[in-house]
Amino acid sequence: MGFLTLFAHHRGFDPILFGGQAMMVVSGILVVAALTYFKKWKWLWKEWLTTLDHKKIGIMYIVVSIIMLLRGFADALMMRAQQAMASGDTKGILDAEHFQQVFTAHGTMMIFFVAMGLMFGLINLVLPQMLGARDVAFPFLNSTSLWLFVAGAGLMNLSLLVGGEFAATGWLAYPPLSELQYSPGPGVDYWIWSVQIAGIGSLLSGVNFFTTILKMRAPGMTLMKMPMFAWSVLGSMILILFAFPILTATLAMLSLDRTIGMHFFTSDFGGNPMMYINLIWAWGHPEVYILVLPAFGIFSEVVATFSGKRLFGYKSMVGAIMAITFLSYVVWLHHFFTMGAGGNVNAFFGIMTMIIAVPTGVKVFNWLFTMYRGRVRFTSPMWWFLSFVFTFTIGGVTGVMLAVPAIDFQVHNSLFLVAHFHNMIIGGVVFGYFAGLTYWFPKIFGFKLNERLGKYAVACWVGGFALAFIPLYILGIMGATRRLDHYDASMGWQQLFIVAGVGVLVIGLGVLFQILQLAVSIRDRNKNRDTTGDPWNARTLEWATSSPPPHYNFAEIPEVTDRDAFWDMKQNKSQKAKKPDFKSFYMPNNSSGGMFIGLFAGLAGFAVIWHIAWLIAVGVAGVIGTIILRATNENTEYKMTKQMIEQERGSKL
Amino acid sequence: MSEAITKTQEDKTVFGFWIYLMTDCVLFASLFATFIVLRGNTFGGPAGNEIFSMPYVLVETLLLLISSFTCGLGLLAAYRKDKSQTLLWFGATFLLGLAFLGMEINEFSNLVSEGHSWRTSAFLSAFFTLVGTHGLHISIGLGWIAFLMARIRSQGITKINLKRLTLLSLFWHFLDIVWIFIFTIVFLVGEL
Repeated sequence: MGFLTLFAHHRGFDPILFGGQAMMVVSGILVVAALTYFKKWKWLWKEWLTTLDHKKIGIMYIVVSIIMLLRGFADALMMRAQQAMASGDTKGILDAEHFQQVFTAHGTMMIFFVAMGLMFGLINLVLPQMLGARDVAFPFLNSTSLWLFVAGAGLMNLSLLVGGEFAATGWLAYPPLSELQYSPGPGVDYWIWSVQIAGIGSLLSGVNFFTTILKMRAPGMTLMKMPMFAWSVLGSMILILFAFPILTATLAMLSLDRTIGMHFFTSDFGGNPMMYINLIWAWGHPEVYILVLPAFGIFSEVVATFSGKRLFGYKSMVGAIMAITFLSYVVWLHHFFTMGAGGNVNAFFGIMTMIIAVPTGVKVFNWLFTMYRGRVRFTSPMWWFLSFVFTFTIGGVTGVMLAVPAIDFQVHNSLFLVAHFHNMIIGGVVFGYFAGLTYWFPKIFGFKLNERLGKYAVACWVGGFALAFIPLYILGIMGATRRLDHYDASMGWQQLFIVAGVGVLVIGLGVLFQILQLAVSIRDRNKNRDTTGDPWNARTLEWATSSPPPHYNFAEIPEVTDRDAFWDMKQNKSQKAKKPDFKSFYMPNNSSGGMFIGLFAGLAGFAVIWHIAWLIAVGVAGVIGTIILRATNENTEYKMTKQMIEQERGSKL
Repeated sequence: MSEAITKTQEDKTVFGFWIYLMTDCVLFASLFATFIVLRGNTFGGPAGNEIFSMPYVLVETLLLLISSFTCGLGLLAAYRKDKSQTLLWFGATFLLGLAFLGMEINEFSNLVSEGHSWRTSAFLSAFFTLVGTHGLHISIGLGWIAFLMARIRSQGITKINLKRLTLLSLFWHFLDIVWIFIFTIVFLVGEL
């Protein structure tokens, strides 16, 4: 091993792999050609790559995530096709090794590069504005996080081109399978380093947003006057701060095992694979809540806005978020009840897991009570919300079932489990983020998305979801284990697998509607322009700015007196006549430093994967050098004066 | 830059750096947990009490503790805007840290040359990784001290340099605390 083999892979010609490679190369060439033809390189560099504006950073996060979503979705299509076909004598479209890589890539991509990316994207888009702040606490760090995320995603995509293999171990790469002895190729190393680099970016973002929430709120916004989305992000960031370092350490140890022959998790020399599984879930379980808490926050904003009412039970909502934050640390063992920790340990973790259903239930009822006697407008974000209540509740119920160790022993590692977590991740996280994207889209781009196509998309997603995953619940109970590339015809599973395959096609239709929605909305943008800055008659501060907002968000930092700060301003206009005095302020200059840190970190990761010592040195030196250059730069901020703001406003009119 | 803005900025940075240190603490906690789980798994290789030399480790510990003290003196001098004293004390911190690192590298290479490398057993893997991660942090700290001393030499004790010295000493004291835990859990308990 350790030989860099361009475009080579050990299984001979593989049309699916080649198709993937060709698509990547062709789309890469197309993008470069388009940028050159339209002479957009300078624009790309100045407006996007080097920007420290949190809103643009958010958009870049979302663009990368959506590209990765399409890739991850292609993997899902392949898996469903394989399992619908591969019964009895038919072998399906993928061989076993390739199938394993596909489900590994699917999970890794969807969690690390789709869900995490969308989450940070959405937080970046709106959190500072919601708090009445001009930026995040550390803008340069924010850009660095983005580029580490991009480097991780890039490395993962590169695995397809250079080496032609990804890990075939499942998305958490359990040892001893993921150790060198059983996975000698570069696939697991690709997995380690793409996740490691992106994970460090997430950790830095955690520090950044945590500080932003605690230190940058507008005057008057006490913690208990903070919008619920900000609370949910606070919970999520606390989880990141405590969970992601565990991931960093664990991946480092696995990499040391594989790279320099250590024995943390090997099956001989005294290594302990179960230690890895404990550690990875001590990160992995909080990770689920890291993703879902912001989705809860989005729903809280969406439901309050479209019901025309104050959020019901604000304090209990805060309590529920904090309870979930705490409880999510003490349930990790429910991912491996079958390890053999004994009845008492399993009982403790089972009960803790069931208790999480209580605060979650509190939240669902609070949203429903917010709608109760409200003037509800059934817009597409609300459609996402209602679909969420339906699917998430099913997922919650099956979750409590799985929390019972005795039941878990029966359905452990079966498709029942697969159906359950997709229930939570699609029904909770993905629907939430889509609701947020639709809701905040006009704020960021200045025009609304097409409502009709948006609703079609929701209908397809939720219908397709039911078709794709209810059969998996049934199959799980029938004994179908997860990650099967082939099964015996006598099992009688094929019909249900075919139904699930149809389901994923319906979801695919939903994705097509979303793409169409975006295209149609861009075409009709002049009809749907938001000139007020407040298209939904909303309640929180991000709607107090124009759409799209100026890069500094607020010329004057607003004073907050009420929980629904913007609603309060609209209701009591006369009292707010006194405008605060304008003070000039500082904004960060563009910087390419974050991008170079990401680039060099990616290089270093690539070099470790392929054991190229000099390139590791180049990558590490590059990161350090960029940091030193940044630290010696005295010119990182510029002053915004009243004249400059008026000038910018004037040039826009 | 107005005084008020600078103040909140400094607040933010110091606060953010504290938060980062806490995450580093969790990282070390994971390594400690792994070490404790694996410390008995010597797989025929040596156990802790066969390879540790307590007097040697004690000297290392004293070097690091004294470096924390000189680091504190350096920061006090910086607050007094006393450039030469600042450079002197941080210079001493640097040398003590370097001596510590040298002793650690020496210990590591001795172990390896005696045939007790990280490949020998899970216990030694965990030992090298935990202690080595601390050593890596010390190396980063040394680079940081060198960088800041060069800056202070050329620019004097500016506001930004003072802020960075504050962060640096937080980092250095934090590493000291981590070492106390390593000294206790790895070496003292290992002697039992």
